[in-house]
Amino acid sequence: MARFGETVGRVAALPLVLIARALDPLLRLWQRWTGTGGMIAFFLLPNMAIFGVFVIIPLVLNVVYSLTGGIDILLKDRPFIGFDQYGRLLECQDYLQPTTCREDQFWTAVRNTALFVFFQVSLMVCVSMITALILNRKIAGRGFFRAVFFFPVLLSPVVVGLIWRWILQRQGLMNLIVTNLGFDPVVWLNDRFYAFSAAVGVSTWAHMGFYTLILLAGLQAIPRDLYEAAEMDATPASRVFWRITLPLLGPNLAVVLVLALIRGVQIFDEAYVLTGGGPGTSTLFITQYIYEVGFASFLRNPGLAAAASILMGLVLVVLTLVQLGLSKRAEKERAR
Amino acid sequence: MKKTIWLSGIALAAMATSAFAQDATEVRIMWYSDGNEGEVIADLLNRFEEQNPDIDIILDNVAYQVIQEQLPIQLASGDGPDIARVTNLKAQAEHWLDLRPYVADPAYWEENFGDRLDWMREDGSDAITGFMTQLTLTGGFANKTLFEQAGVEIPAKGATWDEWIEASRQVMESQGLPAAFAIDRSGHRVSGPAVSYGGNYIGEDGLPAPIDDGTMAFLTRLVEWTEQGLMLPEVWVSAAGTTYRAAADDFINAQIPFYYSGSWQVSNLSTKIGDAFDWVVVGSPCGDVGCSGLAGGAGLVAVKYTDHPEEVARVLDFLASEEIVREFSERTLFLPAHAGIVAEGGLEFQSDDPLVPPAMNAFVAASAETLPAADALPAWVWANAYYGAIVTRVSQVMAGELSLEQAREMMDADIADQVEAAGQ
Repeated sequence: MARFGETVGRVAALPLVLIARALDPLLRLWQRWTGTGGMIAFFLLPNMAIFGVFVIIPLVLNVVYSLTGGIDILLKDRPFIGFDQYGRLLECQDYLQPTTCREDQFWTAVRNTALFVFFQVSLMVCVSMITALILNRKIAGRGFFRAVFFFPVLLSPVVVGLIWRWILQRQGLMNLIVTNLGFDPVVWLNDRFYAFSAAVGVSTWAHMGFYTLILLAGLQAIPRDLYEAAEMDATPASRVFWRITLPLLGPNLAVVLVLALIRGVQIFDEAYVLTGGGPGTSTLFITQYIYEVGFASFLRNPGLAAAASILMGLVLVVLTLVQLGLSKRAEKERAR
Repeated sequence: MKKTIWLSGIALAAMATSAFAQDATEVRIMWYSDGNEGEVIADLLNRFEEQNPDIDIILDNVAYQVIQEQLPIQLASGDGPDIARVTNLKAQAEHWLDLRPYVADPAYWEENFGDRLDWMREDGSDAITGFMTQLTLTGGFANKTLFEQAGVEIPAKGATWDEWIEASRQVMESQGLPAAFAIDRSGHRVSGPAVSYGGNYIGEDGLPAPIDDGTMAFLTRLVEWTEQGLMLPEVWVSAAGTTYRAAADDFINAQIPFYYSGSWQVSNLSTKIGDAFDWVVVGSPCGDVGCSGLAGGAGLVAVKYTDHPEEVARVLDFLASEEIVREFSERTLFLPAHAGIVAEGGLEFQSDDPLVPPAMNAFVAASAETLPAADALPAWVWANAYYGAIVTRVSQVMAGELSLEQAREMMDADIADQVEAAGQ
């Protein structure tokens, strides 16, 4: 049986062996000409090809689309109009008053996204930090709770949105509780404040487990002897947190911040299913705006959607660079 | 050895079958369903395949969203199915195949589907691109049981929107309901009522006219009814942009006594309500100038990028035949678009629900009351631009973000932007 398995394995591997043998002299020649650098390039090529096809080319196409007009989808049918789409997006009398802008929904979405990122990232970092600190302690059922907090991360965002929509709708679970407590039911998703809070809360609930895991890994990497020394010195717990835990967790926190920030700006799926951007436009976020303009409206405007996505991408790049710059500076200061 | 011989036999048979199957021409249909029409069309197509073994039909049942969002991209790239069931017929007319040279009898098509051929071909064209699988008409549904329990008379034919909302308000208050009525979140749905108040979307040059006072008269009422808690707010207020939301579930759950939607809901309501309560179709309430609903529907069209136009025409000739259209309508509870069948009458809608036949008849009767300004909209290429602007901005007014006057200006600007973008 073992011999049979071995034979099957050899037969199955035969084409690969033949290809490798055929390539061998060519690769040797290539290495002789180009050295180790050439070989690195050769082995990176498949990966870079995939990256190019699925990232670089779409990115370039997106930039090109943003410079074209009309409602046709194929690039060959679209006239070049320069930066008109950007001009249309940025045309505004008062940026703080979206209704004075030509693309008022874009600026409403920008404002909503900025507010969302501020509240959601703050909440996410705080809650993830607290959860990680608790789960890092020797508590009963630690493994179970780690799994419980991570579980929502495994759910599809659409499922998350639907679950919470059912909970918060007029005849949902939340109103069952409210009415059983003797209060009038509330149409949560029709109220601007509650709907926005729900978007922030649900998004935090859905992704918190992932960030908790990163922080937990960071906490477990902090040398125990530092805590033992602090304990011997009878250092108060708050001082231990501010002077040992937080500084040593800095790189992990920076990662969490950057990732949460990027994810926050990209918020779409669960919020779209949960609130549909409403009430009014109070939870209309930038990605939904791009989706609406580029795909969902009857007369699509791919150029305008592409321009909006490029602007969003630029903001993300700037934010990421600022975050990375700050965390590098903090690391240098700690090293001194 | 015996086993080897058997296996070889099976392999040869499989090869022969696949070779035989390859002889048949493949015709691919992209289809979406609101109710049971997917099962009915599959059954009819099986019958066609039995009669025409040289054609192999692949029926792709997809979500409506795929028709709305993915099909246009396929069409723009010169690809797509051979036949598609579409509602956005006019705006995509450049992609439909002219079947005139291929169908068996163009005169039959003209005679029976001629009234709606303009809905699915480019302006000025005489092409035959397909046929309407169903005609729809917007209209109202009343929960008869709730009205009776409240001791409120269902408003008589010719009652105005104000009278309907007032009667529904009384039912709401009497029965402790969350709202008096709801209209689907759709620009199409409010356009019949807007026309009833004198609204006209089409300018003299065929381009969108500015939002007029007639349209504003109905939209103003709609906003006021929402502010007064008479219209169920979550349908319109709790979404942004052009997102479509139906209020059928709220009517089915007896949360509202009056629901304005359309004839395509009959099957859905009949199936889901069962004998929980009695409901009736009440047509469209009246405005200042009429009691108009808005016609529409879905069409089955041939895509011009097909490699098999003759076979596509044979499939459509079969599906558009009087016998098949009649059976399709009776089994799906859809209004037929076939002039011969409509003239002949006597459709026997197949439903055990005694509420269905009067409901369908009420829609047939209401179809005679549509106004010319409403009848022009399905064949007007800018209709969807208008609908989208209305839904987006009126929702913002309902949410307190805009005043009605601001919304009016913005609707005009949105529509103008779309016209400008399309003209680039």
